[in-house]
Amino acid sequence: MSTETTTIGAVQNRNPARRGLLTLLIDWNIYIMLAALIVASAVLSEHFLTLQNIYNLLRQLAPLALVSIGMLLVVLTGGIDLSVGSVAAIGGMVVAMAMPALPIEGGAALILCVLAAMACGTLLGAVNGILVAGFGMASFVATLAMMTMARGIAYMLSNGQPVRFPRELPTAQILTAFGAKGVPGLGTPWPIVAALLIIVLFVVLLRCTSWGRLTVATGSNETAVRLAGLPVWRYKLLAYTICGGLSALAGVMVTARTSVGTPVTGVGLELDAIAACVIGGALLSGGKGTVVQTMVGVLILGLIGNIMNLMSVPAYPQQIIKGVIIILAVLLQGMGASAKRRV
Amino acid sequence: MERLQMQGIAKEFGGIAALRGAAFSARSGEVHALMGENGAGKSTLMKILAGAYDHQGGEIRINGAPAEIRSPQDALRRGVSVIYQEFSLARHLSVAENILLERLGRDFWLDRRGMERRAAELLADMGFPEVNPRAFAGDLPVAMQQVVEICKALSRDCSILVLDEPTAVLTAHETEKLFALVRRLRDRGVCVIYISHRLDEIFALCDRVTVLKDGATVGTWETATLDHDSLTRLMIGRELSDFFPARQTNLGPVALEVRGLTTPLVQNVSFSVRRGEVVGIGGLVGAGRTEVLRAIFGADPATGELRLNGQQQVIRSPGDAIRAGIGLVPEDRKQQGVLLDLPILTNAMLTPVNPHLGLFGILRGGRERAAAQGLRERLRLKAASLEAEAGTLSGGNQQKVALMKSLVSRCEILLLDEPTRGVDVGAKVEIYRVINELAATGAAVVMVSSEMLELIGMCDRVLVMRAGHVAGELSGPTLTEEGIIELAMGRDNVH
Ligand SMILES: Nc1ncnc2c1ncn2[C@@H]1O[C@H](COP(=O)(O)OP(=O)(O)OP(=O)(O)O)[C@@H](O)[C@H]1O
Ligand SMILES: [Mg+2]
Repeated sequence: MSTETTTIGAVQNRNPARRGLLTLLIDWNIYIMLAALIVASAVLSEHFLTLQNIYNLLRQLAPLALVSIGMLLVVLTGGIDLSVGSVAAIGGMVVAMAMPALPIEGGAALILCVLAAMACGTLLGAVNGILVAGFGMASFVATLAMMTMARGIAYMLSNGQPVRFPRELPTAQILTAFGAKGVPGLGTPWPIVAALLIIVLFVVLLRCTSWGRLTVATGSNETAVRLAGLPVWRYKLLAYTICGGLSALAGVMVTARTSVGTPVTGVGLELDAIAACVIGGALLSGGKGTVVQTMVGVLILGLIGNIMNLMSVPAYPQQIIKGVIIILAVLLQGMGASAKRRV
Repeated sequence: MERLQMQGIAKEFGGIAALRGAAFSARSGEVHALMGENGAGKSTLMKILAGAYDHQGGEIRINGAPAEIRSPQDALRRGVSVIYQEFSLARHLSVAENILLERLGRDFWLDRRGMERRAAELLADMGFPEVNPRAFAGDLPVAMQQVVEICKALSRDCSILVLDEPTAVLTAHETEKLFALVRRLRDRGVCVIYISHRLDEIFALCDRVTVLKDGATVGTWETATLDHDSLTRLMIGRELSDFFPARQTNLGPVALEVRGLTTPLVQNVSFSVRRGEVVGIGGLVGAGRTEVLRAIFGADPATGELRLNGQQQVIRSPGDAIRAGIGLVPEDRKQQGVLLDLPILTNAMLTPVNPHLGLFGILRGGRERAAAQGLRERLRLKAASLEAEAGTLSGGNQQKVALMKSLVSRCEILLLDEPTRGVDVGAKVEIYRVINELAATGAAVVMVSSEMLELIGMCDRVLVMRAGHVAGELSGPTLTEEGIIELAMGRDNVH
């Protein structure tokens, strides 16, 4: 639908202050939803607004945040990555298995182990990317295949058993401390700090680099990018590769928190990550979505779970309510888009 | 000295030849027209030059030296810049980012401010300083999207510039600006290749003409040695006796009456159309012509009164409109008119009042096919078969498919938004004939057009819109180009 405006490309349309209250509400719907959920949680439980509880909640959400950033990159190019959960499982297993196997110990050893886990994820992501960007396979199909293959690998790594590592190993102690302890003085758990750094990194990359804009452009109009003589395949490949690496890192975080690497880590994680992107306003057809809004999507998903736990809603109805919230968020965005068109 | 030479170029799509040994050459410092019927292979030839398509045979020489062009990079490196017939803008990127897309591939950090400044310069240089470089490309009206497209091509330092139907969505004023720009580039020694179906543009702008027919080159002529008739004959291979076929106007009762139609972009538009009448709506792009049609069709919210055959009617959605016998052929066929992934036949029958549906809405394949086949022949639709996907057709042929849909549904009130945009001369006359036939059988036709000659030749009356309101109405002896321009640009005609 093409709107003809008298001032051409009127940017003032996007200035919320000049629009009606309704459009304003719709425009800011995810922030409003987030605020409402926070208020509701605070009312339901006096413990909610304690620093400890918030840290707990955020620490649990950190892996999902990383995976959602990776998913967002893929979604921006117009694709989807169903393999993130399985890749996360492999990441968590690899780090747990590598630590006792290494001849050296300590911080350097841990870094090596984490890098090994991320390398595995990056490799699997690159395979996705090659299938999609190089062979033109539909991303849904390619990553669906990778989802089952990677899960199979995760099970085979330890014959389906969880991998427990010796607690007293210095390397392992650092990892579990990362999962359990906080920054000295501040008390902020390390996973939150790490996630924040990565979030900031990707906000900057997507906003302030040409690569970020071209990733968006690829999803918005692939032909335009190709005809400008730019390598579309490279932006796609990079998106899947980064997504794989971030997923593996998310798996490492889970292992750090639980002190065990299990092959069942991250089952259904891809759905939560897609939901976070969609709630954050990303278009699955590509070209639209931001890291910040996706993170709001992650928080919304986390808070919904949190509230329902506070209200002791059983697990099954929780899933229904989660679905309803996703539908509501997307409906609101649809209304926002059509309201904008009529301005 | 020939800047560009293309020899024996061949191209097949799924076994069907689009180009069979086409030849083309152009000099620097000239504007060279590439002409031919819809589907003749003009866009395909230029896409091969741009490296967007691979070619299966032949040779390209630039400045006399063989040039291997196998990718867009190859073409860009050799100074070939193309403005494509289909828009190649990224809707979610800003105007500046679209114009300077290649620069994004070179820089690491995004220099937003610098890009916006450069884009603003380019836009101002072209005579369109009002386009905001920060706006999303997808939010611009189509005409301005085309301006952005042109700007994008000019941002490169090109020595060969191809414009594939650049004026299809522009009106007279913007077209003039574009022409001035093209002449400036030509004088600077750029080799400009110009594709258009508007013959008067060819004579106004181009130095030489090359005609393509069925994928092969007919020949090249100096424009000065040709006139409308001879050029038409070269293109379609037969005489066109009368460009605007005569019609017996047989006015019936009022079929459509609009009173005080108002939308955010249109104020208080009133008019009526009688059965058997063709009413035109002229004016500049952005004057609200499309909005009037869309509001009547229920596609956009509006206030005002609508009477059909004398009875007041509330139309809230396109579905309501179609059930009431109103049909619309929209302006932007890519986004609104044609489903590119579906076969031609499905596209043509995609209407709720399909007369070829049997009991319980069961599709009667045979009758549909016969109806579509009939229209296909009349409109000279060039396609492998009715099963071919609409997206594989040439631009003009897609427009014909969009039109088929409304012609099949036998609406009593037909709203046409730029019905002949991008259509070749031969098919234009056929479309005029079909419109005349519909009017003769009692349909009321409203037609928006930016081609003044078309309005004058086809319409009984013409409303001219300016800035959202009807500036005046012309008919009979007052219906002239000057009259339309005067109303479109300013000065109301009150009577
Ligand atoms: N991607 C494609 N797949 C299949 N067939 C195609 C494709 N592109 C073009 N064709 C076919 O090639 C032929 C030439 O098309 P082309 O677009 O070059 O025509 P054109 O001369 O530009 O016509 P128009 O004036 O309508 O733009 C047409 O018959 C068209 O159906
Ligand atoms: Mg064409």
